[in-house]
Amino acid sequence: MATPHPTDRPLTHNIRPGEPPLDLAGYERAGGYQGLRKALKTLAPTDVMQAVTDAKLRGRGGAGFPTGNKWSFVPRGKDAPHPRYLIVNADEMEPGTFKDRLLLEGDPHQMIEGAIVSAYAIEAEIAYIFVRGEYTLAIERLERAAAEAAERGYLGRNILGTAFSLELHVHSSAGRYICGEETALLTSLEGQRAIPRAKPPYPQAAGVWGRPSVVNNVETLCNVPHIVCHGAEWFRGLSRGLDAGTKIYGASGRVKRPGAWELPMGTPLGELLEEHAGGMCEGFRLRALLPGGASTGFLTPEHLDVAMDFSSVEKVGSRLGTGALIVLDDRTCPIGMLRNLEHFFAQESCGWCTPCRDGLPWVERLLAAIEAGEGELRDLEILEMHTQFLGMGKTFCAHAPGAMAPLETGLKYFREDFERHIAQKGCPWRH
Amino acid sequence: MTTLHIDGREYEAHEKDNLLHACLSLGLDVPYFCWHPALGSVGACRQCAVKQFRDEKDSQGRLVMACMTPAADGARVSIQDPEAKAFRASVIEWLMTNHPHDCPVCEEGGECHLQDMTVLTGHAYRRYRFGKRTHRNQYLGPFVKHEMNRCIACYRCVRFYRDYAGGRDLDVFGAHNHVYFGRESDGVLESDFSGNLVEVCPTGVFTDRTLSARYTRKWDLQSAPSVCVHCGLGCNTLANARYGEVRRILNRYHGELNGYFLCDRGRYGYDFVNGPARIRTPLEAPRVNKGPTAAQPLARQAALARAVAILREGDAIGVGSPRASLESNFALRELVGRERFHLGISDRDDRLLAAILESLRNGPAPAATLREAEESDAVLILGEDVPATAPRLALALRQMVRRAGFARAEHLKVPLWQDAAVRDVGRGIKSPLLIATPAATRLDELATLTVRAAPDDIARLGFAVAHALCGAAAAAADLDEAARERASRIAEQLSGAHRAVIVAGTSLGSEALIRTAASIARALRGRGCDARLLFIVPECNSIGTALLGGEPLAAALDALREGRARTLVVLENDLYRRAERGAVNAALEAARHVIAIDHTLNETVHHAELVFPAATFAESSGTLVSSEGRAQRFFQVLSPRGEVSAGWRWLNELARAAAIEPVRTGTASATLKRWRSLDEAIAALGRACPQLAAIGDAAPSAAFRVSGERVASAPARESGRTSEHADRSVFEPPPPPQPDAPYTGSMEGYYGVMPGALYPFYWAPSWNSVQSLNKFQQEVGGPLRGGNPGVRLIEPPDGTRSASEARDGCGEDSHDRDIPHPFEPREGLWLVVPQYHVFGSEELSALAPAIAERIAGPTLALHPEDAAVLGVRSQEPLELVLDGATHRALAQLHPELPRGVAALSAGLPGLPAFELPAWLPLRRVASAEPPR
Repeated sequence: MATPHPTDRPLTHNIRPGEPPLDLAGYERAGGYQGLRKALKTLAPTDVMQAVTDAKLRGRGGAGFPTGNKWSFVPRGKDAPHPRYLIVNADEMEPGTFKDRLLLEGDPHQMIEGAIVSAYAIEAEIAYIFVRGEYTLAIERLERAAAEAAERGYLGRNILGTAFSLELHVHSSAGRYICGEETALLTSLEGQRAIPRAKPPYPQAAGVWGRPSVVNNVETLCNVPHIVCHGAEWFRGLSRGLDAGTKIYGASGRVKRPGAWELPMGTPLGELLEEHAGGMCEGFRLRALLPGGASTGFLTPEHLDVAMDFSSVEKVGSRLGTGALIVLDDRTCPIGMLRNLEHFFAQESCGWCTPCRDGLPWVERLLAAIEAGEGELRDLEILEMHTQFLGMGKTFCAHAPGAMAPLETGLKYFREDFERHIAQKGCPWRH
Repeated sequence: MTTLHIDGREYEAHEKDNLLHACLSLGLDVPYFCWHPALGSVGACRQCAVKQFRDEKDSQGRLVMACMTPAADGARVSIQDPEAKAFRASVIEWLMTNHPHDCPVCEEGGECHLQDMTVLTGHAYRRYRFGKRTHRNQYLGPFVKHEMNRCIACYRCVRFYRDYAGGRDLDVFGAHNHVYFGRESDGVLESDFSGNLVEVCPTGVFTDRTLSARYTRKWDLQSAPSVCVHCGLGCNTLANARYGEVRRILNRYHGELNGYFLCDRGRYGYDFVNGPARIRTPLEAPRVNKGPTAAQPLARQAALARAVAILREGDAIGVGSPRASLESNFALRELVGRERFHLGISDRDDRLLAAILESLRNGPAPAATLREAEESDAVLILGEDVPATAPRLALALRQMVRRAGFARAEHLKVPLWQDAAVRDVGRGIKSPLLIATPAATRLDELATLTVRAAPDDIARLGFAVAHALCGAAAAAADLDEAARERASRIAEQLSGAHRAVIVAGTSLGSEALIRTAASIARALRGRGCDARLLFIVPECNSIGTALLGGEPLAAALDALREGRARTLVVLENDLYRRAERGAVNAALEAARHVIAIDHTLNETVHHAELVFPAATFAESSGTLVSSEGRAQRFFQVLSPRGEVSAGWRWLNELARAAAIEPVRTGTASATLKRWRSLDEAIAALGRACPQLAAIGDAAPSAAFRVSGERVASAPARESGRTSEHADRSVFEPPPPPQPDAPYTGSMEGYYGVMPGALYPFYWAPSWNSVQSLNKFQQEVGGPLRGGNPGVRLIEPPDGTRSASEARDGCGEDSHDRDIPHPFEPREGLWLVVPQYHVFGSEELSALAPAIAERIAGPTLALHPEDAAVLGVRSQEPLELVLDGATHRALAQLHPELPRGVAALSAGLPGLPAFELPAWLPLRRVASAEPPR
């Protein structure tokens, strides 16, 4: 039943850098909306969910939660509350990460199709694509694609003559990092302050406007039509690692070719860095890197063999996150990098819970003081205390724990640098 | 019940509680900020972290927030775990990074939850060495001061103000560690419950502006339990005083009544006690040509002798007051004799109160407490502008509406204490709140159905609802189609209720509304619904005086005018607020002598030839009966200045000074003169009035002792007892005698668990703020240890009627057939109904400067087409003649008002409202420009 995909890069197959994205006709010629046709015409919503479960698709927003499993918590049956919502989390604000932007700008119809098929799977009547406000080009292209899809009958009432109807809205975020947190996103979508919600209730039971909702990342949902078209087995076979499918990896920092590439899930870190990012720039050596955005822990050159999938990266003490490498070279002060990161996290704290709201600014100031040569040895204890007490479960959401990931590993890997700053009363990189 | 293992010991807890709630109920100290017993949990501050273990084998455990963790059966928890303790100390350390440490100059100091929690967690030494963020403070009006730098961002203020009380003008702005809690710009806080911010805020961001003007630390404040005198609900308060002044009112927890919150009228109305118009000495104003002359102070004994001489002339009658204590009213009745005692209210109010008493005494339904109203599942309001006439009830009804959403939360297995989630899942789901009033009310935004109609039409609608619920109930004839449809919609919404509450009251002057409320309650009970009645009455002792009984005011005025009485003794009552000026004038002129006993100058006092300075609630002890029929004791907090005495004490002294045969009528004063204390007054009252005999149980007597000790009147004072009079002398005087209360009048004495009616303040080791209340409740949010204060005097015969009995009787009440005729507009006349204001309509609070600042000028609301008929536009003045005088009010266009009905600001100073509703001509003020 499943037809093999013409490519092993299903997500970016249609994307031609520097060229406008495919319009509806082009997308359809390239095989687009076949997943939608197949799902609506031949599959029950639970079949679509089953295919996604079988494909072992894990959420690409960073946490890697199994998508089919997430969907399975949506209440079904006659008494289940309606309307229900599918929300695409396109609020990509993780520093160093630009994979969703590539997908949204490069192939907006794939996003629309992914949203429709996924909405069908969870029997949602309304879908929102919650897009980072600065992604104006993506918003423009999504809106155009959505209008084309509606015109063609892929959106609206009785899609393809079936009983399934879907209303889709492209929503421009008002712009805070915390809006990418799935419950804060819901609160923000409702027009309230973007503050995360306590779970339970989970969004599947009571999400936006208290109704069942599923929030999935852009990249996650873009996989769904392909899984429907070509089957779970095909999808699992794309991977080289422990998790299924492909992954859009990226790299920034002093590498020769910064960018983003769709590669088999589980591509080794070293291969990513050397073959795809072109290795370090002349005169720079790799000091450490963040494997998946700012809220993942540092890895060092000794970790270059690790397979870049969720399970493998966790084993070496970090997280795959968004798969976007931020590379630290040997000529940049790691304390300065940490200070920069923690400045971001402190500023983006929503202000709801105490440890995050008041702890992160303290961390930032300590790092700034150390960098400026005003640090004390005791400051390291205070930083350690924060890595412990801003950990998971102690704060309201995962924002502060994410902020502590680079700090905790940084204190481990850059201990000497910290101590030199304090002993020399200044930054060794500045003179 | 569940079993919890906390630090190796077993405890019992309710499975529906969270761990924090359970720990506090068990008396265990777990620090917290963002959680509040009435606001629930949101998990923001992270202060209540404890360690939870999976099972007995788990030695690692993990930190959880107690407020966000269910008290599940078998839960293993450690409060004392080193990591948990270190984390809690860190939370304080984080909060302190921006807190200004300005305790010595902070008005919260000494009763600050943040101070208490800081000490409790053990955080002492500052490691943060960087700058602090600063904010600009805002002017928030006469009630609340704002000092944002102290903020620890617990979010309680906005959760109370917005989520709980429905306010819109206070919010949180900004983000990260620069969140700002305030208004969009400086300005008066709009909510009628803003004063609760003072108690809700765990530190000194929101403080009491009226206290600030004459600031005193908690430990230097004398405190006594009191009862609010500014409406009929009887909310419990704590009165705080120093240097002869009341300096603030705090909430006094009552599990069945006001819970944790007061309205602003109740909190800030107190300042009339300190007002310049207070009468401090006896006054004499010899009558010249039957008119008053300038009053001169008179010595106590001379005044008493003068009064005795007047009373010896005989033919005295008494007029009591629904704003005076039962004891004072009864003393007056004893002085003049039962037949010559009058209630001091209009005939109409007398009839209305009689109808209310009849409904509550003989059924069909018991009176609802405020808590029962809050926990009911449907409420119908007939004719009452609840936010204006009983503000605290409006706050309770705001919570009631959410109950339907609770069912959805429970379905989703969201515990009800999980406040944010319960609000999220319950959005858009409302329990029925049905409001029928002539004009819009501020509760309408929550209503599931509103009806705008003239008073008689509201009553007709009510009867139609009763009929729709129970075919045997009388139905109004010739009801139009729209009204019939509305009635059936109301009946439909009520019919699903298990615990409906029907609210009516006196404010529209309609007896039919009271009867229709009763017949709806009867019909609902007939359907098996545990319906209750909640009647709103105008004053703090309206029900008490109605129970005492007596002729209405008109009889007294007639007796004076017709010469059947020569002397009038009027107790704490401004007759000009009760009856037509002409009638009052005629009676006062006809009277040979007028003796007034009151605490504040008013027009009636100006007509008296002899005035005795009465004590207010703050300077005396006594009993009031709330609208629910609950007798409650208030206790003296201030030593009266000058010659001020409780009303009943003047009357008692008068009887004693006469020391003679009873003043004319029988033997009554023979006992009156023997009273030596409030308790003797209460005992005499109980003997004379069996219906009030239970008031003795409202609170323990003055003889109450714990281990031989009286109860302390102030927390242990840091600055010593001498500070009590330090404005005059540092000599340490003995505390003033307290013959009427079991208090010491000083910081010495017993303090601990005691009968609920006696708690004079809340304080416990480590808990200096009002949050120490936890230590005095049987469980958090439950009754006080020692019981909820007060005693219910009125219950229907067998508590509740059985359903079958009620079903048989649902149409029986013969009064039901007196259904009013439909309202019809009249040419050139308007049915002017009273429009009450939360600030201004109540007599005593209007004298408080902070409240006075909030009183707007009179307005007259009318339908735009009626306005067009009159040629008047919005905000243009209109004239009308009320009680013989011409008054002006600014027109307000209310399209919701029925044609032919206008609503006039009622009871504002100088604008009596006793006549309303009345058919009156309205006139555009001639000088106003004609409409273009």
